[in-house]
Amino acid sequence: MIEQAYDVVVVGGGPAGLAAAVSASDNGALRVLVIERDRELGGILQQCIHNGFGLHRFQQELTGPGYAGRYIRMVGERPNIAVLLDTMVLSVAGDKTILAVNPRDGLLKITAAAVVFAMGCRERTRGAIRIPGSRPAGVFTAGAAQRMVNMEGYLPGKKIVILGSGDIGLIMARRLSLEGCDVKAVLEIMPYSNGLTRNVVQCLEDFGIPLHLSHTVVGVHGKDRVTGITCAKVDDALRPVPGSEFDLECDCLLLSVGLIPENELSGDLGIEMDGLTGGPVVDQLRQTSLPGFFAAGNVVHVHDLVDFVSEEGETAGKYAARHACGLSSSVGRLARIMASDGVRTAVPQVVRLDDVRTAPVRLYMRVARPERRVTLRLLSNSELLLERVLPVAKPGEMVVADIPADKLRAIGDVVTVVLRRQGGEQGE
Amino acid sequence: MNKQEEKRRISCIVCPLSCVGEVSIADGKITGMAGFSCPRGQDYAREEVTAPKRTLTSTVRISGGRLPLLPVVSRQPLPKDKIMACAGCLSTVAVSAPVREGDVIVADILGLGVDVVASRDMTAREEPPGGMMG
Repeated sequence: MIEQAYDVVVVGGGPAGLAAAVSASDNGALRVLVIERDRELGGILQQCIHNGFGLHRFQQELTGPGYAGRYIRMVGERPNIAVLLDTMVLSVAGDKTILAVNPRDGLLKITAAAVVFAMGCRERTRGAIRIPGSRPAGVFTAGAAQRMVNMEGYLPGKKIVILGSGDIGLIMARRLSLEGCDVKAVLEIMPYSNGLTRNVVQCLEDFGIPLHLSHTVVGVHGKDRVTGITCAKVDDALRPVPGSEFDLECDCLLLSVGLIPENELSGDLGIEMDGLTGGPVVDQLRQTSLPGFFAAGNVVHVHDLVDFVSEEGETAGKYAARHACGLSSSVGRLARIMASDGVRTAVPQVVRLDDVRTAPVRLYMRVARPERRVTLRLLSNSELLLERVLPVAKPGEMVVADIPADKLRAIGDVVTVVLRRQGGEQGE
Repeated sequence: MNKQEEKRRISCIVCPLSCVGEVSIADGKITGMAGFSCPRGQDYAREEVTAPKRTLTSTVRISGGRLPLLPVVSRQPLPKDKIMACAGCLSTVAVSAPVREGDVIVADILGLGVDVVASRDMTAREEPPGGMMG
């Protein structure tokens, strides 16, 4: 068995992992390794051939492969970053020993001084949302279809129905229309779309594709292949309304019904997890509850912008390198960030107070439901740390706010994040 | 003289901030604009009501490459009503590896004055696959 030792090992070669590796290399780690299970670096960006990436980071609109290519080149320019492709990590032990396997080297035993988890997320499947009906071929997640259409050269079907109006579903509606498919409809169980407005406009309205809000799939028909679906309106409790059913003929059903951070490795280690984000609890250095284990990107919480994924990767890589160099970052008093009153999740969940006196702490939050004209408030020890008026807040778009460095001293053991409707009423 | 003023709500698609602004139009001319937080958004809204444009991203077949498809992007936005025709044109195109990001795949597509370029590098299949580097 091949045995190797590194300062920082990054699990996952997508945008979070690549940024972490570059940053670890730039912050003192002498030997850095990126382990990627796919045939090349870049992660899911390689199948996201649409544009709109990199506006914050590169001040221009790039495609997914264009954005990935920039980071792949940055990794290539740093000779102290090694890359293992086609390599699956089997286990990570608490002493930072990693077992991985690939067809070229067989089993590999890799030791690290610090580990960055950057495994991204996976899509919820038909089983996860329990759609009734038969089990024919032709039901795919939207991301799987995206890889087929954009990288492998296959179409998942010709007559398409999409369940879920998340960004991937919307983008696939446009993509399949451009490829000549007949996209019949997009169904959304919520009374609002979970996708970015730009995607509702550019991917549905441009192509005249109907979006049925408050609708879901209640039946899948066909024996060998999908021949159609039955959909129905749902009530306020998201239950199908009897009598509202109608059929759509199709040979393909795409599911875009949510993403789940991929934390099998982190979960096995007993790292503290956040039940709402689905990722590990991290501090502002992106260190998990286990010293020396860091996490970044969609493995922590599902992002809407890759630019923020890169930023998080940079942070995790930097502090992983410092940990590996013996400049430990696991000391200091901890304050908990508690999301409530209309704020669903906040990352980081923990602020470490001895490492941050000079730097503001950036919070990434998701709201529970669409709101107009609300005030975001951060409170600790009944002192107002931050107040921001949000003209619009949507569950699909992250709210970003910085706790100023000079306010950090006033923080107690708990920071509460709340939304207030204007007029003092709770945003609920 | 009653000037007929029309207001159109425009959801800006330039960046993910997704500003929703309002454009006032009278006698076919833009008379006012509100709600866009940057000049790029204002430019977009102006264009959206006069001559809407979209960036086209798609794929073309590539032979001898490590993958069977090459992603491409129009270097500038194209007229919205020509997008399907341009996509149809790209479905007939095939190139050979290797290709570098930015290489012109279709010059001046449909005579619209816009080049369609590769949006990633695609090495040839013979080139050694990336194993252990560095």
